[in-house]
Amino acid sequence: MTDTASREIRTDDYCVRYDEPTQTVACQGSLRLSGMAEYEPIIDLLSSVADTDTDAVVLDLTDLEFLNSSGISMLSKFVIKVRHRKTVTMSVRGSRTIPWQGKSLKNLQRLMPSLDLQWD
Amino acid sequence: MTQIFGNYCEGLPSSPEFLIIGFSPGSIPLRQRWRNNGLSADFMADYLMTFFPDDRCDAGSAQRQAEVKSSVSYVANELLENAMKFNDERANIPIGIELQLHGSHLVFVTTNTITQDQLEPFQHYLEHLTSSDPEELYLEQLEKNALEEENTSSGLGFLTMMNDYSAKLGWKLERHGEPSEFVTVSTMVQLPI
Repeated sequence: MTDTASREIRTDDYCVRYDEPTQTVACQGSLRLSGMAEYEPIIDLLSSVADTDTDAVVLDLTDLEFLNSSGISMLSKFVIKVRHRKTVTMSVRGSRTIPWQGKSLKNLQRLMPSLDLQWD
Repeated sequence: MTQIFGNYCEGLPSSPEFLIIGFSPGSIPLRQRWRNNGLSADFMADYLMTFFPDDRCDAGSAQRQAEVKSSVSYVANELLENAMKFNDERANIPIGIELQLHGSHLVFVTTNTITQDQLEPFQHYLEHLTSSDPEELYLEQLEKNALEEENTSSGLGFLTMMNDYSAKLGWKLERHGEPSEFVTVSTMVQLPI
């Protein structure tokens, strides 16, 4: 299995970090990269998390202020990857104070009906 | 030749409140200019807030303000990303984005230029988009993107506006006169607020 003990991608605009003890991927800041090619390093990080030998994955978006449609595609890809691992449960944490999340996060649940969508 | 797809209204009453920004692509590569899309979208959203005064005694008004600001920022950013990505710079025509404030809705119009070669695939795409169920198409697109390793474009910008923001979208395609090989694409988004 890929070593995912502490993986982090950080720039001035955003941070994506996997914390193995809590099985949590946290995305923070503003993700508005240009197309899928520029999202590649984050997609790789998420893929390695989806391949990790674990029974649960938490996606924490409570500090993700902006996400463009390429970013939505990336998160959907991640959810679909986790969905294929039938023994892994998934929860997504969103924030009611960030309006885009109230509009768009429900689509992740459509992709994976067992996904637990929690609002802070 | 002019061709219309979807909900494109030519005869909208002019709004006294509007903002237009033009971008001349110039010589800097798109990758380096990309951040400007988000900055411009956030500026448009901030600018518009002047017309939605915050009533500090009313929690509902603050929430509504945040909702409108976030929606404008999302829609303007997606429109600019598209216009920049598909624009053919050889035409040397600036890209434009206009935001109009009407009573119960906002209207965005972006203009960019494509070549005749790009026209046919784009027409097919618009025919498919405007004749399908957007929710079905959206989920279909997400599943399709997940299977493709190398997709360069997510194909989700317009679909998220239709599904998640209840926006009405329309397009006007105008061929330039012969012998020009360019076509102007105007994209209109009507966003209920």
